[in-house]
Amino acid sequence: MDIDHDAIPPDAPDEDRRFFLKQSMFIAGLSMAPADFLQAALAPDDGPVGNAVKVKLSLTINGKRRRISIDPRMTLLDLLRENLGLTGTKKGCDFGQCGACTVHVDGRRTLSCLTFAVMQHGSKVTTIEGLSDGEKLHPLQEAFIKHDGFQCGYCTPGQVMSGVACIREGHAGSADEVREYMSGNLCRCGAYPNIVDAILEVKKEGTKV
Amino acid sequence: MNRQSLENPSDTSLSRVDGAAKVTGTAIYSAEYAVPGIVHAVLVTSTIAKGSITAIESHEAETVPGVLAVISHLNAITVPGWPPKKQPAERVPPGTAFRVFYDSLIYFDGQPVAMIVAGTHEQAAHAASLVRVTYRQEAHQTHFEKNMGKSGIPLNAQRAQNSPFQDYERGDASALHNADVRIDAEYTIPTQHHQPLEPHAIIAVWEGDDKLTVYDKNQGVKSAQGQLAQAFKLPRENVEVVSKYIGGAFGSGIRVWPHTLAAVIAAKQLKRPVKLVLGREQMFTSVGYRPYTKQKISIGAVKDGRLAGIVHEGTGQTSMYEEHLERTVFASRALYACPHVATRYRLLPLDVNTPTWMRGPGDATGMFALESAMDELAYALKTDPLEFRLKNYAESDPERNLPWSAKSLRECYELGAEKIGWKNRLPEPRSVKRNGMLLGYGMASSLYGFHRHPSRARAVMQADGSVIVQSATMDIGPGTGTAMTRIAAKVLGMNAQKVRFDLGHSALPDAPGQNGSSTIPSVGSAVHVVCEALKSKLIALAGEMSDRFKATGQVVAKNGQLFSPAEDKDGLSYADILKYHHLNELEVMEESKSGAERDQYSMYSFGCHFVEVEVNPLTGEVRVTRVVTCADVGAIINYKTARSQSIGGIVGGIGMALMEHSAMDHRFGRYVTTDFASYHIPVHADVPPIEVYYIDKPDVQANPIGSKGLGEIAIVGVAGAIANAVFHATGKRLRELPITPDKLI
Repeated sequence: MDIDHDAIPPDAPDEDRRFFLKQSMFIAGLSMAPADFLQAALAPDDGPVGNAVKVKLSLTINGKRRRISIDPRMTLLDLLRENLGLTGTKKGCDFGQCGACTVHVDGRRTLSCLTFAVMQHGSKVTTIEGLSDGEKLHPLQEAFIKHDGFQCGYCTPGQVMSGVACIREGHAGSADEVREYMSGNLCRCGAYPNIVDAILEVKKEGTKV
Repeated sequence: MNRQSLENPSDTSLSRVDGAAKVTGTAIYSAEYAVPGIVHAVLVTSTIAKGSITAIESHEAETVPGVLAVISHLNAITVPGWPPKKQPAERVPPGTAFRVFYDSLIYFDGQPVAMIVAGTHEQAAHAASLVRVTYRQEAHQTHFEKNMGKSGIPLNAQRAQNSPFQDYERGDASALHNADVRIDAEYTIPTQHHQPLEPHAIIAVWEGDDKLTVYDKNQGVKSAQGQLAQAFKLPRENVEVVSKYIGGAFGSGIRVWPHTLAAVIAAKQLKRPVKLVLGREQMFTSVGYRPYTKQKISIGAVKDGRLAGIVHEGTGQTSMYEEHLERTVFASRALYACPHVATRYRLLPLDVNTPTWMRGPGDATGMFALESAMDELAYALKTDPLEFRLKNYAESDPERNLPWSAKSLRECYELGAEKIGWKNRLPEPRSVKRNGMLLGYGMASSLYGFHRHPSRARAVMQADGSVIVQSATMDIGPGTGTAMTRIAAKVLGMNAQKVRFDLGHSALPDAPGQNGSSTIPSVGSAVHVVCEALKSKLIALAGEMSDRFKATGQVVAKNGQLFSPAEDKDGLSYADILKYHHLNELEVMEESKSGAERDQYSMYSFGCHFVEVEVNPLTGEVRVTRVVTCADVGAIINYKTARSQSIGGIVGGIGMALMEHSAMDHRFGRYVTTDFASYHIPVHADVPPIEVYYIDKPDVQANPIGSKGLGEIAIVGVAGAIANAVFHATGKRLRELPITPDKLI
């Protein structure tokens, strides 16, 4: 995999979009394309990765534009954890059943294990690493510490990302509502009551999240 | 002092020392270490429960771009600590840990049979799907109920006269015949899995042929180091185990499992760092489970409510190759003042992987049965269940005939009853409705004979007056570092901000793994002792600077300074002491272990749980709507994190009681519950407000800090309390877990 960590100039998106469309069509046509056509189409750095070829995409992660060439089978979760060193987003089940991998994609909470990275061309992704403002923690991160909303800490990034979204969506009106809208985020240590307290407190304080 | 809420101004708890790392995602777990040149492994597992491998067709997998190796028993390097392979392969005698990639034999479904190693996870996963394994299948036995006749006395008990798993009898259990009221009942707990949110994972790195580093999810770096050193015939110090952050374990990380060795084998064979992360489905067959257990209890009482006798039998599932033993029937020997008690424990080997300890091992299982039976007997006697327990309260340990080191279970009962409003409960089952739901209250006791193991700790005072305390203990979630920081800060009279506690690394001073509610009693004591020793050294050094510190008895440590006398306005700071003596640092190492007190006293943690449930009369759905839990664990070190541990135990108990069930399709000997969609654990919506209370009275006999283990009693008894509340709500006595709606309609 190749990563271009340099920021892309502001006028680049359209170009990237065109590039991606071309790639998408290429992928869509894979099943019908004759083998020799595939061979001819491969750029030197787009070597085969198993039964697929690498795909280029561009997306914004925590405010930073990234141009990446990846295995199309790679999930957004594995892209973050394995290729970009953003291991704050956790792999709990890889089946979309535990919520540990929750990130925000264009402002919506999204299970990154159920999302192929190539589906996110042009998206803005925020992970737990992008939530705090430098050294200053996000109010919900502070509240998690205050209320001890975790034990082992493994589900925590997902709980925090979901909790922020829960408040932004307007689903933190009561303890029962929080419990309902946070039920996609499992915690085996059982920190649930403290997580609910943390979310309710931030909601009550009315701080912009 | 009873403290009940974070709002309580008397609560001076520390927030977790690793809290910021955990909420920002910067805490690094086993699979997350950035090791240059790392390659990725994916396991291929057996699809039969018993038989042998006849062929592994891996050519197609090997041609997948990026694939470096397909490792199996056909080509794996020899593990030097294992005996030479037999030709033809022979089944191992019971008591032999499973050896991965050793020979062609299959002992259970889901057994690792091959491993793909490739440049990326995607390549390895795809290649793994292309490996074709063919087997010679043999008839397997995985059905517990159908094989009950094959259960037997554990070899452990056959071989050792003093084994606690021997049949036990005190008094004359036939006294049960004289009971006025008697209950004979059977209890079933299905297999349940730990399923921590972090899957088990390892990164194995060899430097040359004789130096191994593993970043591994486990509950004991020292025991993992020892087990790996033994397997690869290396000096212990050549094996480094790093396990700083553990994403939950609950027992699943107490031993080194086959997948860990598989990754170490692959890394050695390929001379590359290898990362292996188990898939969620593999977590059902790779890291143990709470074993399927059947229990029979015969219990009787005379009219005035005194117990006449208890006979408690338990049979647990194990594998064909190892014995797994649990304290299933032990609680019946110690909890109540009953003169006539007999217990029997049996094992049933099946074609499954070996179980292991899961939170509250044995006791959580056994106390479900005992506390259900006590409740049933109380109703039969027309006595209040709490009154009945108080009537049979054991003032000393009836099993060992020893005084308790401390026991405030009576105070726990009283406090819990008051908080839940027990006296307002109408005794008649199925007599109260709230919002159309059947309302019920139940309670159960809890106990656990917490462990204490020899532990060492090092304390190093820095030139700036801060201190680093180290021990090879673990934190699987309870907040070990926070509690130890609190202990050190208290002894040294320092701000906790100036204390750093290091754990989770095999190079640190010896400490036990995190299990058996032993960490606070063992390591907490060592930290206390080493900090006391450091303080003594500082006082001695201060005495060389000024005469007023020579009267060591009147020296007091506070705010990072020594004062003598205590009311003196001018203190001498630790930094100044080190500076005066031209010391860059001051190091002390101490060991702490139990002594004769373990023979003079019987030591247990105690507690009780009160539960309110609502049961839908039409659908049979049970909702736990309120829980009050009280614990007597001696002195509470850090209320905030202790409270979370208690809450976590209740949540685990709700899962155990109402939803957790690893179901197997016995035609194949294979679990059908292989993910969180089918193996249900409690979610936010399942967990009500939980009130936690502690007696918080030091057990001065137990250890220097007067604190006992909390992890296990938090869950022990919870399933019984819920089952008892369900009976009160519905009039139905359910003796088989989990209590799912189908059993109530």
